[in-house]
Amino acid sequence: MTLDLSGKQYAGVDYDEKERLFEEVKKDFRFEQYLYGCYECGICVAACPSARFYDFSPRKIAQSVAREDVDLFYVFLNDSVWDCSQCFSCDVCPRKNSPGGLITLMREVAVNNGLASAQEALEGYGRVVYKIMATGTQVAPDMLQANAFPDWGPHVKDIAENLEAWRRALPPETMHTTEASWQVDEKTITELYLIWHMTGVMDMIKEVDEGLFMILQDVMEEKLEDAGYDVSFD
Amino acid sequence: MIPHAAILNKAKDRKFEADPDQAPTEDYHDIVNQLEKEGEWEVHRVPEPYVEVKNKYGRTKKIPVEQTWHHKSCGQCGHIPGYSTSIFWINRKLGLDYHDPTDQTSCTAWNYYASATSNAAAQAAVAMRNFAAAHETGYYPIIHCATSFGHYKETRQQLIHHPELRRQVRAILAKLGKKLIMPEEIVHYSEWVHAVRDRIAERQVHDMSGIRATVHPACHYHKLIGEDAVYAPEVYGAQRSAIITSTLQALGIEVGDYSTWADCCGFGFRHILVSRDFSRSFAVQRKIEVMKEEVDPDILITHDTGCVTTLDQSQFAAKAHDRNVGLAVMSDSQLCALAMGAHPYKVLQLHWHSTDSRPFLEKLGVDHQKAFAEFEQAVEELKSGKKEYMTWEDADG
Ligand code: SF4
Ligand code: SF4
Repeated sequence: MTLDLSGKQYAGVDYDEKERLFEEVKKDFRFEQYLYGCYECGICVAACPSARFYDFSPRKIAQSVAREDVDLFYVFLNDSVWDCSQCFSCDVCPRKNSPGGLITLMREVAVNNGLASAQEALEGYGRVVYKIMATGTQVAPDMLQANAFPDWGPHVKDIAENLEAWRRALPPETMHTTEASWQVDEKTITELYLIWHMTGVMDMIKEVDEGLFMILQDVMEEKLEDAGYDVSFD
Repeated sequence: MIPHAAILNKAKDRKFEADPDQAPTEDYHDIVNQLEKEGEWEVHRVPEPYVEVKNKYGRTKKIPVEQTWHHKSCGQCGHIPGYSTSIFWINRKLGLDYHDPTDQTSCTAWNYYASATSNAAAQAAVAMRNFAAAHETGYYPIIHCATSFGHYKETRQQLIHHPELRRQVRAILAKLGKKLIMPEEIVHYSEWVHAVRDRIAERQVHDMSGIRATVHPACHYHKLIGEDAVYAPEVYGAQRSAIITSTLQALGIEVGDYSTWADCCGFGFRHILVSRDFSRSFAVQRKIEVMKEEVDPDILITHDTGCVTTLDQSQFAAKAHDRNVGLAVMSDSQLCALAMGAHPYKVLQLHWHSTDSRPFLEKLGVDHQKAFAEFEQAVEELKSGKKEYMTWEDADG
């Protein structure tokens, strides 16, 4: 799909609102190490996997931010940042920029502000976020279901059908689990939930997926209460 | 057309000796130690015995040999469990003391790079909680996933440069009853494999001299905070990171070069889960097909959760489009375990892979039919209740 850089699609959004989000990106403490300016040389584009298959350019993103082109920044914030592979091949930048790091910051701002484009990008992703936040491991064995990965081959069905026995057929005793990738201590999970609580990560989830927030809130508050913590995510 | 072969052959003749005095970055060792002197954190020192290697800028990096705390990978343990199993199996066969912890969470970076539903303080707190947990056991952290490795390097850099972040994370850890502990080195398991490759080769039971392989290095290993990556003059003339290639060469394997060596695999973090058309296209067109056309290898060896997943699982659907695919994919740990005589299904767990490694096993003289029958027999014993789990002893039986 061709990216519309005219900004017409966002003509109805107040400039002040776009600028507010732009300033939020610049305010992040990592910003000064991710963008020093831009030679507009395109070396990052040459290294970029996403640029080969999408109408996507780390050069244009870095350039728009370095030039403080707020309208263009807003287009990228909504229509481009989710195409990035976060591989950091663009760290070869001769200006010592990290366009991939800049994109991480832009995504975070998009999520924090509950932008519709971020919600759309994260549709279908709730189960993964649930796994990582609730169990402490992300791509659990029980996620390998034939209907979820039909393009990976028939072995996925074999794994799903034999999952429980095949997990017990793993010699490391920490790996007999099916719902998490390995056995994580209860105390460790409690500590993870306290980290989410103290760093405001649940507020971010609330912005993009209210339903997921409520499920996680129930799971976490209950476990924390059992462990003797009086913690509320509201 | 670009004469790739001529350029690559020329590059092979060049030897590059990195001079630490000319390094373009400050030495993280100095700052990590300085911050310890200032009481900002405690440094977890690499235990002896260690192997000294050189990083990208010619600075010395210590790689622990044993007393290692294995920071596992959710994608490896969850979907490619023979990957981690092989790492542990090699440690056991070499008689090295290690710890496989349950007081460990994922680094959570796969999710962070996919969805951005986290922030710098949370990511740093997760990292430092794991490092503190390792320190409490007396074992030294060794990282299985290149993304965890890359993300922890990023975290170290942020903590080094931002006192406010240090204060915030120290306060969070204090509430968990933990201290702020920074490892002297952030070590990837492939570096450990590199460091012990001669010991592995000494125990090699399969001749691999007739094998040709290609290598894919993980972006988060050598591009994201690239300084920590290991380089060696005898491998690619220190023009590229040495790990994997050095190991394959120690096993007598011919490593074939190809023009998109430095390209990503196409994993994309969110793409591999919700936009797989991209991952598949990239993996097939920019990696697998190029390797097959330029090298035609027997096997592709890589070393990361995302890279093994993408390069292995992306080939099945491409077959329907008559693409030039069909290249078996394994991690360096699986290949080393196999070289040392590990069981292809009980240890390497190749039935979790999509690509067909049987032709490769046949070339090595491994009877895969017999091996799979043995595995199925073991699974039957588990299903019937005769045994509860497959033990390490069973895996060698
Ligand atoms: S971000 Fe860096 S590599 Fe990309 S165009 Fe700008 S200066 Fe060049
Ligand atoms: S991090 Fe994003 S912008 Fe940078 S090279 Fe990778 S895909 Fe391209």
